[in-house]
Amino acid sequence: MGMPPSRREFLVAAGAAAAVASGLVISVRPARATPVAMRDAIGKVVGAAKVTPGRVKLELPPLSENGNTVPLTVSVESPMTPAEHVKAIHLFTELNPQPEVATFRLGPRAGRARVVTRIRLATTQTVTAITELSDGSFWSDTAAVVVTLAACLEDV
Amino acid sequence: MAGALINAPERAKRGEIIEIKTLISHPMETGYRRNQSGVRVERDIVRLFVCSYNGTEVFRAELHPAIAANPFIVFSTIATESGALAFQWTGDNGFSVTESHAITVD
Amino acid sequence: MAPRWGLGAVMVLIVAAAAVAGEIPRAERRSGYEFMSRDTRAMQDDDTANPAMLWVLEGEALWKAKAGAAGRACADCHGDARTTMKGVAARHPAFDPARGRPINLEQRIMACRVDRQEAPPLAYESRELLALAAFVALQSRGLPIDVTVEARMQPFVDAGGATFHRRQGQLNLSCSQCHDDHWGRKLAGNVVPQAHPTGYPLYRLEWQGLGSLQRRLRGCLTGIRAAPYEYGVPELVDLELYLMSRAAGMKMDAPAVRP
Repeated sequence: MGMPPSRREFLVAAGAAAAVASGLVISVRPARATPVAMRDAIGKVVGAAKVTPGRVKLELPPLSENGNTVPLTVSVESPMTPAEHVKAIHLFTELNPQPEVATFRLGPRAGRARVVTRIRLATTQTVTAITELSDGSFWSDTAAVVVTLAACLEDV
Repeated sequence: MAGALINAPERAKRGEIIEIKTLISHPMETGYRRNQSGVRVERDIVRLFVCSYNGTEVFRAELHPAIAANPFIVFSTIATESGALAFQWTGDNGFSVTESHAITVD
Repeated sequence: MAPRWGLGAVMVLIVAAAAVAGEIPRAERRSGYEFMSRDTRAMQDDDTANPAMLWVLEGEALWKAKAGAAGRACADCHGDARTTMKGVAARHPAFDPARGRPINLEQRIMACRVDRQEAPPLAYESRELLALAAFVALQSRGLPIDVTVEARMQPFVDAGGATFHRRQGQLNLSCSQCHDDHWGRKLAGNVVPQAHPTGYPLYRLEWQGLGSLQRRLRGCLTGIRAAPYEYGVPELVDLELYLMSRAAGMKMDAPAVRP
C-alpha cells in the first residue's frame, strides 16, 4: 500500500507480538467447508437419486442470538405408517468447517416426523435439511441464518 | 455428575404419540478450536444417541460437531405398551451414558 | 443577538447534564431477559430444555452428599433447600461478620464447605461450586432481589459503585457508559443490557456452559481491554454488591440463559 514491504511486515509482526504479549487470544479462523463440500456430502447420502424441494420443513431463527447455540426444528408431513413414513432426516451446512450436522433415523414408531435440536453455525449461511422417505424419494428444504460474532471476545 | 435430563410422560394412552425431550451434559468439543497456545483442541463429541422402547430401537441420532454443546434432542414415539424407555449416548473417548424412564400405557 | 457567554454556558450545562445522566430510573429497569430473542427466552422458560438445569440437578445431588472430615451433607444442617435456601441468593452478597465485609453466594458456600464440612475448598468457577450455587439460586427464583444495604455495607457498595463509574482499560470505558447510558442500543450484533444480575449463575450461549457473575464481569473487563480482577477479590465482590443493590427489587430468574 505504498509502504516498503519490510516496514509493513514489521508493523504486522509488532502488532501480533503486542497482542500476544497482552494476553489476547488470536483465534485462527478454521478452514471452512464450501457449498461444494456440502454437495458432496449430500451426494454421499442420496447417491444418484433426485432431491426435490418440498415435504420437509426446516425452521431456524433468521437472526441468531449466538452462533454457538441456534435452535432448529425440522418436520415432515407424513402419515408415519409402515407403508408410508420418514426413514431419515439429514442436516447440512455450507460454511461450517464440515458440512454434516446430524442424521435422525425415524420410522413408523415415531408417530410424528418432528425433531428439535440446537446447532452451531460458524457464520451467516444457509442450512439444508434432506429427508428420505420410505418410498426411496428425497426431499429438501433450506433456511438462511444471520450469525454475528459476540461483541466482546473474552479469554476463556 | 448429573449427566442427563429426560422429560417424558410417565403415563400415556395406547397409540398416543408422546414427545420426549432429552438434554445431556457434554462440551461437544468440535476439534476445530485452538487453545491459547495455538494448539488444536482434539475433537470430543457425543456421536450417537439411541432410544429403545422395551428393547426395540425407536429413534437414533447420529451427531457431528455442529450439534451445540449439551446436546438437546426432542423427538416423538408412539406409546405402544407399558415398560421402559432406554436412552443411550455414546461418543469419543469412551463416552457412554444410559438412562431409563418407566412408562405406563393404558 | 445572544450574549457572548451564551455558548459557553450551554456547553457547561450539556456537560453537567451528561455527568448526571447516569442512573437508570427505577421504573425503567429491565432484566436482561427482556432483551433476548424469543428463542433464547424459550430456552430459559422451559426447565426441561434449560441447560442450566443440568448443573442444578448436580447441585441437588451434592446438597445431599456427605463430604469432608466432618462427614456432613449440606442437607444435614440445612434440610430441604426448597425451604431453607428460599431467598438466600436474593440476599447475597451479604455482610459476613467473621470477615468484616460482604461475601457473595459462592464464598458463602465455600465457607460452609471449609468450616462446617471440613472439606477442601471448591475452586472458583469449578463445576461443583457452580452446581451448588445454581441449585441454591434456583430457590430464589421469582423473588425480588433483597440486598439490604445497612450502614456497615455502605462503604463496600460505594467502592463497587466507584468501579462501575470509573473509566478503565485500553478502551477507556466505564461500565456506566454502556449499561446506564447506552442500554438497549447495539454493540456489534448484540443488544447492550442494563447489567442487572438477576439470573446468576447462568448458562451463557457464548460460554456454552454455566458461569458466575464474576466470570461475566471478568469477561466484560477483558472486553474493554482492562486487566480482569482475580476471582474472589474484594473489588469484584464490591462490584457484585453494587450491581445487586442497583437491581434491588427486581425479580430473580436464576439460573437464567443469556446470549
